Amino acid sequence: MKGRPELYTSYGQDMAFLNTRPKRAWTGGLVVIALVMPFMITDDLLQLLATGFVAAIGAIGLNIVTGYAGQVSLGHAFFLAIGAYTAAALSGPETGRVIGFGITSLPIWLLAAGLVAALFGVLVAPVAVRLRGLYLAIVTLGLVFLGEHVFREWTSLTGGPGVGRPAAVPELFGVRLDQDNAVFTAAQQLYLLMFVLLVIFGVLARNLVRSRVGRAFAAVRDRDLAASVIGVDLTKYKVLAFAVSSFYAGVAGALLFVVNGFFDPGSFSLLLSVQYIAMVLIGGAGTISGAIMGALFITLLPRITRELPAVLPFISGDATGVITVFQLEAVLYGVLIIVFLIVEPRGLFGIWVRVRNYWRTWPFSY
Amino acid sequence: MDEFLQSLIRGLGTGSIYSLLALGFVIIYKSTQVISFAQPAFMLAGAVLVSYLSPVVSFAGAVLVAAVVIAVLALGVERTVLRPMVGKPVFVVAIITIGVDVVVRVVTNAFIGLDVRQVGDPWGLDTVSFLGAEVQERYLVMIATTAVVTAGLFAFFRYSRIGLAMRAVAYDQEVALAQGVSVGSVFALSWALAGGLAALAGVFVATGAGVDQQLWIVALKALPAIIIGGLESLGGAVVGGLTVGVVESLFGTYQNDFAPWLGPNFGLVAPYALMLLVLLVRPYGLFGKREVERL
Repeated sequence: MKGRPELYTSYGQDMAFLNTRPKRAWTGGLVVIALVMPFMITDDLLQLLATGFVAAIGAIGLNIVTGYAGQVSLGHAFFLAIGAYTAAALSGPETGRVIGFGITSLPIWLLAAGLVAALFGVLVAPVAVRLRGLYLAIVTLGLVFLGEHVFREWTSLTGGPGVGRPAAVPELFGVRLDQDNAVFTAAQQLYLLMFVLLVIFGVLARNLVRSRVGRAFAAVRDRDLAASVIGVDLTKYKVLAFAVSSFYAGVAGALLFVVNGFFDPGSFSLLLSVQYIAMVLIGGAGTISGAIMGALFITLLPRITRELPAVLPFISGDATGVITVFQLEAVLYGVLIIVFLIVEPRGLFGIWVRVRNYWRTWPFSY
Repeated sequence: MDEFLQSLIRGLGTGSIYSLLALGFVIIYKSTQVISFAQPAFMLAGAVLVSYLSPVVSFAGAVLVAAVVIAVLALGVERTVLRPMVGKPVFVVAIITIGVDVVVRVVTNAFIGLDVRQVGDPWGLDTVSFLGAEVQERYLVMIATTAVVTAGLFAFFRYSRIGLAMRAVAYDQEVALAQGVSVGSVFALSWALAGGLAALAGVFVATGAGVDQQLWIVALKALPAIIIGGLESLGGAVVGGLTVGVVESLFGTYQNDFAPWLGPNFGLVAPYALMLLVLLVRPYGLFGKREVERL
């Protein structure tokens, strides 16, 4: 097959992890760029990117349940919160104000956060199995409100609204990653940590969705009744989708506030859920790379709008003036969701596909 | 007993607000099979509009004008944003309405500013004696208005030609289309109706405390209401709305006595818990249509 890289002679080749040469080249290139980045750009941008990588893990999770398995969940903020509080409580020191167990080793609290969130996902799933479509969306939305109430009231766990508690302590093999040391700054270490984790979880998710399980998810999404007729166990796969998705959400929640260091129960509102939905939809539902693109885009959006007053004088940078950056930022979420869904339902991933197809046959684009 | 009656009236009063909002949700759902998450924004916009208009054209006039303006706004949104999406998956359309909600809300917030705006209603927090209990006038007004509006709506659907067309579209869009019903105008009309109802509800929410940027959260209480009542049922929306209001109010009054471990303010989220319970027993709500599916 030499010289004919896109001729596949087996299903396995077609479904391979990186099935084309350009994909291998692009992925390799991006990984190299991402690894060089910490030494090229400033720390505040690195922090932002690190947050973006964490958001990408969460978005991949939401994409598994919503994009692949077709179960609309507006409750992602709830699972993020479960992960965040599990990790914070496990790794934080016991103070008089908030509980903590002082287990600072990162792999332990990260796994625990994911597992506890997955457990809650499994608990919620039986309701989800009985409901479909918009009923499910509203029930998961109710979950966010119930969760918010619990986190507001359980002050020994969460520190209470407006006060909050420190995020999980990232310690790997005895090294505190959120403190500068002789070789790296804190931002560089956290960036690299988040990047490595994103790669790990991205690869895992990609492998999951191109397996038997992923095909079952897609069948459930496209027509659940038909899927059950051809032998897909609906209950099993819906529960599985929720469990995996919640695991990712738990992991992302645990890491989300490590960069900032502090969080309070008010962070896990409906707005957070909507942001994750926006990431998945703007990036492209049902693709892993789309979820990553969407997450980075949404995370970088505030930063981009903040640069706008310098370019467009009618937008003001403070709270006075015709349009403030904060209003613009909020409006942009809404407008972007609308525009993407109407014009390019496949999201950023779809735009990438179109660009790729245009150049693949350039200059003979017909 | 007085306490119970007060609590009940308060619950029915706020419940009638939820009913109005829930009716809007259900009307849109029945004609387009979409849940419009833009209702909170329309509600907020209605209340804000009244707060600007009532010094000029009296409170009652302002409410009427606001209901009409918001209805036209909702109709415009349907024509420009939702119409291109006809036939797309409902989830996608529902998410688009979230986008609409965010945009309308941010624009409206710019008109609210940081202060609380008064809608200039004649009731304020005045109380009146009702069956021996002191209850706030505004709750009685809300209950009465909602009863009248609901009766009007039901009569409209039952007896008018357009109402018949709307019922036909809700029953089967394609057949209705084949019979010469203009499905497009039914979509537009149902959005307009929902917008008007939301504006009215917004004014009621704003009586007493006034309008601030957090007012829209109230509209989300209508979501458990429509789920409890069943998405396809107008009657269910009213029942669900009242149930949610009463449950919320009774929990607010009595929960400290019998279940303090739930934490203060559990009443505010009790409707969501009730929704989960109802769905565990009846996955299509109390009056919802059990979907018969075939391949």
